[in-house]
Amino acid sequence: MTLSSNPRDLSDLQGDANSQFKPNLRSRYRLDRAFELLTWLATLISLIVLVTLLFDVIGDGAGSLNWDFLTSPPSRRAARAGLWPALVGTVWLLGITAVVAFPIGVGSGIFLEEFAPDNWFTRLIEINVGNLAAVPSIVYGLLGLTVFVDILRPITGGTSVLAGGLTLALLILPIIIVSTREALRAVPSSLRQGGFALGATRWQVIRDLVFAQSLPGILTGTILALSRAIGETAPILVVGAAGYIAFTPPLSLEGLQSDFTALPIQIYVWISRAKKDFEPIAAGGIVVLLVVLLLMNTSAILLRNKFQNKKL
Amino acid sequence: MYGSSQIPCLGPNRLFHLVLIMHTEPNSLPPPNDSKMWRPKRGVSIWSERLVKYLFASFALISVVTTIGIVGTLIFETFEFFREIPFFRFLTDTQWTPLFSDQFGIFVLISATFMTSLIALLVALPIGLLAAICLSEYASPKMRKWLKPALEILAGIPTVVYGYFALLFVTPLLQSIVPGLKIFNSLSAGLVMGFAIMPLVASLSEDAIYAVPQSLRQGSYALGTTKRETVTGVVLPAALSGIVASCVLAISRAVGETMIVTVAAGASPVLTLDPRVSVQTMTSFIVQATFGDNPVGTIGYKTLFAVGMTLFLITFVLNIFSFWFVRRFQEKYE
Amino acid sequence: MPLTDGPALKMEGVSVYYGAIPAVREVFLDIPAHKITAFIGPSGCGKSTVLRCFNRTNDLIPSAKVQGNVFFRGVNLYSKKVDPVEVRRRIGMVFQKPNPFPKSIYENIAFGARINGYQGNMDELVETSLRRAAIWDEVKDKLKNSGLSLSGGQQQRLCIARAIAIQPEVILMDEPCSALDPISTLRIEELMQELKEQYTIVIVTHNMQQASRVSDKTAFFNAEATDQGGKLGYLVEFNDTVTIFTNPKQDYTRDYVSGRFG
Repeated sequence: MTLSSNPRDLSDLQGDANSQFKPNLRSRYRLDRAFELLTWLATLISLIVLVTLLFDVIGDGAGSLNWDFLTSPPSRRAARAGLWPALVGTVWLLGITAVVAFPIGVGSGIFLEEFAPDNWFTRLIEINVGNLAAVPSIVYGLLGLTVFVDILRPITGGTSVLAGGLTLALLILPIIIVSTREALRAVPSSLRQGGFALGATRWQVIRDLVFAQSLPGILTGTILALSRAIGETAPILVVGAAGYIAFTPPLSLEGLQSDFTALPIQIYVWISRAKKDFEPIAAGGIVVLLVVLLLMNTSAILLRNKFQNKKL
Repeated sequence: MYGSSQIPCLGPNRLFHLVLIMHTEPNSLPPPNDSKMWRPKRGVSIWSERLVKYLFASFALISVVTTIGIVGTLIFETFEFFREIPFFRFLTDTQWTPLFSDQFGIFVLISATFMTSLIALLVALPIGLLAAICLSEYASPKMRKWLKPALEILAGIPTVVYGYFALLFVTPLLQSIVPGLKIFNSLSAGLVMGFAIMPLVASLSEDAIYAVPQSLRQGSYALGTTKRETVTGVVLPAALSGIVASCVLAISRAVGETMIVTVAAGASPVLTLDPRVSVQTMTSFIVQATFGDNPVGTIGYKTLFAVGMTLFLITFVLNIFSFWFVRRFQEKYE
Repeated sequence: MPLTDGPALKMEGVSVYYGAIPAVREVFLDIPAHKITAFIGPSGCGKSTVLRCFNRTNDLIPSAKVQGNVFFRGVNLYSKKVDPVEVRRRIGMVFQKPNPFPKSIYENIAFGARINGYQGNMDELVETSLRRAAIWDEVKDKLKNSGLSLSGGQQQRLCIARAIAIQPEVILMDEPCSALDPISTLRIEELMQELKEQYTIVIVTHNMQQASRVSDKTAFFNAEATDQGGKLGYLVEFNDTVTIFTNPKQDYTRDYVSGRFG
C-alpha cells in the first residue's frame, strides 16, 4: 500500500490486467545497442575501405605524377611511359558519347514523360529501359563488337574511337532517360497547366517552361552518367581499344575512325604487365582518372546545389 | 432502339441524325472579335509538335532496338556456336579450353563466377543493408549529409581501380593470413567486389527504407516498441520490395562484374570452389578472348557470344524475378 | 485508497518547445479515469501536441522539448526512472490516418503483444482484441490477409484493436475519424462508448459535434500569436462537456462552440 500511494516508477503500478506481459526491457535495450552498433560498424567499415583504397592508390602513384607522364606516349620502359594518348582517347570518347547519348536520352525521356500515351508500347519501353540498366556492361561490348565494329565497319572504320563512343552511349542511355524523367517529374504540373491555359501547345510548354526548369536536373544526371562511361573498361576493351597506341586521333572526321585507347584501358594494360616497375605508373594513371571523375562529379554536385537553392 | 433480331444499320433515319449533328456543332470556334491583332501560327506549331513527338518517339525506340540488337546478336552467334559444339557438351565437359583445344564446359566458368559473386554478396548485402539502416534511421541529418556522398564516391570509383586494389593491396595482405593463397584468387577479388557493389545496395535500400511513411514508425512506437523493434519489425518489412530489388540488382552486378575479377582472380579455367586459387569467370574469359586474336567466324569468336548469352540469360532471369517480386509485394501507401 | 480513484492523467504546467520556439504554454489538466475527454480547438492550437505528451511520442521528434510534469496514476511520466517504451505500452494511441502495418491482420494485432512479452494465448488475444474493436465479424475469415486490404474505417478499427491488444489503461486518439466517412465515424464513436468501461479515453477532434456527442469532459484550446510570428497554444477552459457547450465561462469558448471562429 505504501508503494501505490507514493509510486515513483511504472512497475510499481502493476495492475492485474498487466501481469500477462513480461516486457523484459533491459535485454531488449541491450539488443538495441548491439544492433545500432552493428549498423555503425558497417558504415565505418565501408568508410575505412574507401580511405584505405585512396591512400593506397595515391601513395603508390604520387611519385610517377609529373608533366612528362601526362604528355608522353606509352613505352615498353616504365620510366618513360606516359598517358597522353589515353587521356586524349578518353576525351574523344567523352565527346562522342555525350553528343550521341544526350539528345537521344533526353528526347526519349521527354517522350516517355510528356508525350507518351499510357499504352502497351509505352509500358514496353519502360520495362525495357529498366531491363537494360541491369544488363552487364560487357554484354554491351559484345553488341558493339557485332554492330559497330563488324556490321557498320564502313562508317566506323572497325575498332575505332567512334565504335567505342557509340557503345558507351548505348550503355548510359538508360541512365540518362531515367534521370531526365525524374527531373521532368519534379517540375510541378501547375506550371504546365499555366502554359496550356495561355493556349500553348504541349511542345511549346515543354520547350519554354518545363525544360528550363528541369535542365539542371537533366545535366546533373547526364554528367553522372558520363562519368560512369569514362570509368568503364570492359565494353571498350571488347570493342577493341588497344593497349599500345603511341599517337592520338587527328582532330577531323577521319579521327573518328582512328584506333584508340583510354585511361582505364591503359591502366588495365599496365596492371596486367605484372611487373613491379609498372605498378607506380598504373597507380599514377588511376590518380589521373580519379581526378577527372572528381572534377565531373563536383560539377554535377555544384549544379544540383545551385538548382536546389533556386527552388527555395 | 434496335431489337436483338434486327441488324443494326445506318438507316435513313440515323443518317439524318448525323447530318443534324454536323450542322449544329461547328468544328471550329467562332473568330475572336479583334482577329487582326492575333496571328498565331497554329499550322507551324501543330506541325512542329508532331515532328518533335515522332522524333522523340523514335529516340525512345532506340532503347528497344538496343535490346533487340543485344538479344539478336547473342542468339545469332550462339546458334552458330551450337551448330559446331553440341549443347550437352557445353553443359557436361569438365574443362574449358576453347581457344586451343576442344573442351567447352561452361560450368568451369560458371563455378568461378558463382564463387566470386557469392563472396562479394556475403560482403555487400549485409554491410550495404546495415549501412542503409544506419543512414536512414540512426545517423543525424548532418552525418547523413556527409555519409551519402562518401558512399556515392565509393560507387563511382571505376572497377579497374578496385581491381588494382584487390591485386596489389588486398591479396598481399590476405596472403599473410590465409595459407596457400595464390597471387590470383577468387577470395580477394570477391571481397573487393563486395565493397564495389555495396554502395549500390546501401543507396537503393536506403531510398526504400527512407520512403516508408513516418506514420508507420509512429504506430509501432505507440505500441511500446524500441527503435530496433520498430526498424526490424515494421520498417524493413514495409520496405521489403525495394530492398529485395536492390539485392537482386547487386547479384546481377556481381555476376556481370568484369575488371576486378579479370585483374585479381586470374585466367585459369578450373572447375573448383576453392577460393584460394586462380580461376576464370565468364566475364574474364570474354576479356581474354577479345584481347587475343579471334576474327569473325572462328570458333573463338562464336564462343564469346555463347558465354555472353549465358551471362545475359542469368541477369535476365534475375531481372524478371525482381520485377515480379516488386509487383507482387510492393505496398501502396496513400 | 483504490488505485482507480483520482485522475488517471494529470498535467502540471506542461509547456512544449520545438527547438527554441514555444508551441504550447503551461497546461494544467486532470483527466478522469473511465471517461472520455475531448480536446477541441482551432487548428494549430497545440491540442495534438498536448495529447502526445501523455505517451511521450513528442520524444521521437528530435527538436521537441517538454517542460512541466505529467502524472499517470501518480507516477511522473517524465521522471528519469520512467522508460518511454514502457509508458507507451501502458498508454495506447490511435492516429489521425489509419496506419496498419504492411502485415497480415493477425500479425497487426500480435506484433505489439509479442514484442512486449505477452505470456497468454496469442490466438485468444487476437480474437478478443478484434471483438472489442467491433471488427471481428468482418475479418475473422481473412486473418491472413494484409491489413492494408481493408477499407479506411476497418483499418482504423484494426488500429484500435492493435492498441487494445497490449492491454493499455489509457487510449489516446488523435482525430481518429478525420479521414473516415460518416458511417465509419459513427461506428468508431459507438465503439468508444463501449471502450470507456475499461479504458480511459482522450480524443483530439476538430469536430465539435463529435466532441459533444461522445465526450464527458471537454478541454478547449486556443492559440495566440507570438512576437516571433508563430502560434502559441494554451488551454482556455476545461469542464464537463455539457457546461462547455451550453454555459462556458470564457468568451473565447462561447464564440468557438457557437461557430463564430475556428
